[in-house]
Amino acid sequence: MIQKKDTALKNAEASVKSLRAVEHHYCAGCGHGIIHRLICEAIDEYGIRDRVIAVAPVGCAVIAYEYWNFDVTEAAHGRTPAVATGIKRVRPNNIVFTYQGDGDLAAIGTAEIIHAANRGENITVIFVNNGVYGMTGGQMAPTTLAGQKTSTTMEGRSLRRDGYPLKILEMLAVLPGVKYVERVAVNSSHEVLRAKRAISKAFKMQIDGKGFSIVEVLSMCPTYWGMTPIQASDRIKNDVAIFYPLGVIKSC
Amino acid sequence: MSKNRVLMCGNEACGEGAVLAGCKFYAGYPITPQNELTSYMSKRMNETLGVFIQSESETSAINMVFGASAAGVRVMTSSSSPGISLKQEGISYLSACELPCVIVNMQRGGPGLGNIAPSQGDYFQSVKGGGHGDYKLIVLAPASVQDMLDLTITAFDLADKYRMPVLILGDGLLGQMMEPLTIPSEIEPKHYDKPWALTGCKGREPRVIKSLLLADGALEEHNKHLQEKFKIIKEVEVYSQSFNTKDADIIIVAYGSVARIAKAAMTLARAKGLKVGLIRPITLWPFPDKVIQEACARAKKFLVVEMSAGQMVEDVRLAVNGKVEVDFYGRMGGGVPGEGEILKHIESLGGAGV
Repeated sequence: MIQKKDTALKNAEASVKSLRAVEHHYCAGCGHGIIHRLICEAIDEYGIRDRVIAVAPVGCAVIAYEYWNFDVTEAAHGRTPAVATGIKRVRPNNIVFTYQGDGDLAAIGTAEIIHAANRGENITVIFVNNGVYGMTGGQMAPTTLAGQKTSTTMEGRSLRRDGYPLKILEMLAVLPGVKYVERVAVNSSHEVLRAKRAISKAFKMQIDGKGFSIVEVLSMCPTYWGMTPIQASDRIKNDVAIFYPLGVIKSC
Repeated sequence: MSKNRVLMCGNEACGEGAVLAGCKFYAGYPITPQNELTSYMSKRMNETLGVFIQSESETSAINMVFGASAAGVRVMTSSSSPGISLKQEGISYLSACELPCVIVNMQRGGPGLGNIAPSQGDYFQSVKGGGHGDYKLIVLAPASVQDMLDLTITAFDLADKYRMPVLILGDGLLGQMMEPLTIPSEIEPKHYDKPWALTGCKGREPRVIKSLLLADGALEEHNKHLQEKFKIIKEVEVYSQSFNTKDADIIIVAYGSVARIAKAAMTLARAKGLKVGLIRPITLWPFPDKVIQEACARAKKFLVVEMSAGQMVEDVRLAVNGKVEVDFYGRMGGGVPGEGEILKHIESLGGAGV
C-alpha cells in the first residue's frame, strides 16, 4: 500500500475522518473509490465512526479495510451478511454494514443475503453492482446484462445459456423484514449526490433500529467493460440504469 | 459450589457445558443426531440473555459464529458429519483469523448422506485439516455424557487461550444416550482479554480481522506463527487416559464411545486372564504420541478399534513407528462394535503372549 500523502490526500483525510489518506488500488474510472467516500462521509456526519464495524467482501473491495478508518473484518466470499448478523446480534449498539459486490451478494452469497434480509437484521448493506467479476478478470456476474461481453461470455451473455440478469433488490423488497431499498448510481455528479442521500438514509434506518436496509449502487468498471471512464459512465445512463431502474424501491 | 445430579442426553449436557462456560452466541442448522443440542441452546440462550439463531445453512451458522467471535464473545455451533463438511470453509477462515470458537460434531455414518447412526468416520477431517490451508484444530473426544459437559467447558477455555477453533468430536451414540451427570450450579468462566476484538474504535485505533496477506512473505510469516502456536499446544495440551497398561501384552487404543466399549472388552479379557490394557486419547489433536511410544516398551501388540475403516490407526502406527505390530478392528456405516466382538478379536490375535 502506498502511504504517500500529497496535499490532496491530506485534505481528504482532514475532511473525512472515516477515510484514510492513502492512495487506493482501484482502476481509473472505477466507482469503488467514490462509494467508499460516500459511506465514510455519511458515517462522519452521524458521528458514528467509533461505533462502526464493517464487513468487507471478497472481490475488488477485499482490502477496503486499508481505506476505511474504523473496525473492519473480512468475510468469506458471500458470507458477508452472516458475519454481519453474528456481529450485530452480540453488539446491537454498534453500527454494522456490509459492502458487497454482485458476485458476493447475488451469486455465491444469495442464501446469506436473502435470509439476513428476511430475519430483518438491523444492518446496512451497500451492494455494488458493476456487472462483472472485476478481481478475477471480468467474468460474467449474475447482474451482467444480456449480450454483454465478459471473459466467460465472449460472444455476449446468452439468456438461453446463462439465464437472466438478476434484479436482487426487487426480490428483497417483497420481504417484510426489509425496510429500505434504493438503487442509485455514481456515474455523474448528480447521481453521486443522490447516492450519498440514499447511503445516509440506509445508515439512519439502522441507527433508528428500523431493520434491514440496502442500497444498490450501479458502478463503472471501465477495465472489464473495455471502455474509457467516460464511456463507462455513459453506459450506466444509457444501458445499465435502463435495465436496473434507479430510485427508491421500498421505504418503511 | 453446589452441584446437581441429573439425567441428561449428551447433546443437552454439551449445551449446558456451553452455558456454564459463558457461551453467549449459538448458531446452528437442524441435522440428526445432534438436534437436541440445537433445541437446548434455543431455550438456554434465551434464558441466559445470549443469542440463538437457527441459520439458513451450516455455512451461514459457522460464518455467524465468525462474526460473533470477531465481536469478542464466546461462541458455539454444532452439527453432524454432512453439516460439518459444509462448515469447513468457515473453519479455515476462523483458524486463519485466529478467532476462538467451539464446534461440535456428533458424527453419523457416511460418506454422503449416510445414515444417522453413530460413526467415527470424520477423524481424518477433524485432525488432519478438513478445510483448505495449513491449520490444526484442538480436537477433544468425549466418552460419556459427563465428558460432554466437562470437555465443552474445557473447549471454550482452550479456544480463548490459543485464539483458535476447538472441535468436540462426539458421535450419535454420545449425543443420544442419557446418563446421570453432575452439573456444577455455576462456575466462574476463565476470562481472557481480547485486545483484537471488534467493538468499535472508540478511544483506540481501528482494528482489522483478516486472512488475506498479499505482501511478499507475509502469508508465510503468518503460517509460521500459526505453526509455532500449534507446536506449543502439542507440547502442553495432550490428554489421554491409560487403563491397565503397566503389565499389558495387548493395548487397545480407542476414543470416544468406542473407548467405553473397549474398556468393557478389556475387563472381560482380564477376567479370562488376558493381559489387556487400554489407552484412550482425550485429545485427538494433539495426539498422545508419547503415551503410545512409552507403551511400546512393554506391549507386544496394539489393537486400534474404531467405528471407521481405520483412521486413527494411522496416527497410532506413526507413533509406534514399526516397533510393535498394530492391528485394527473397525465397524463402518453406523455399525457399533460390541464388547464381545472386541474380545473375540483380542482372542484371535494370538502370538502376543495370550
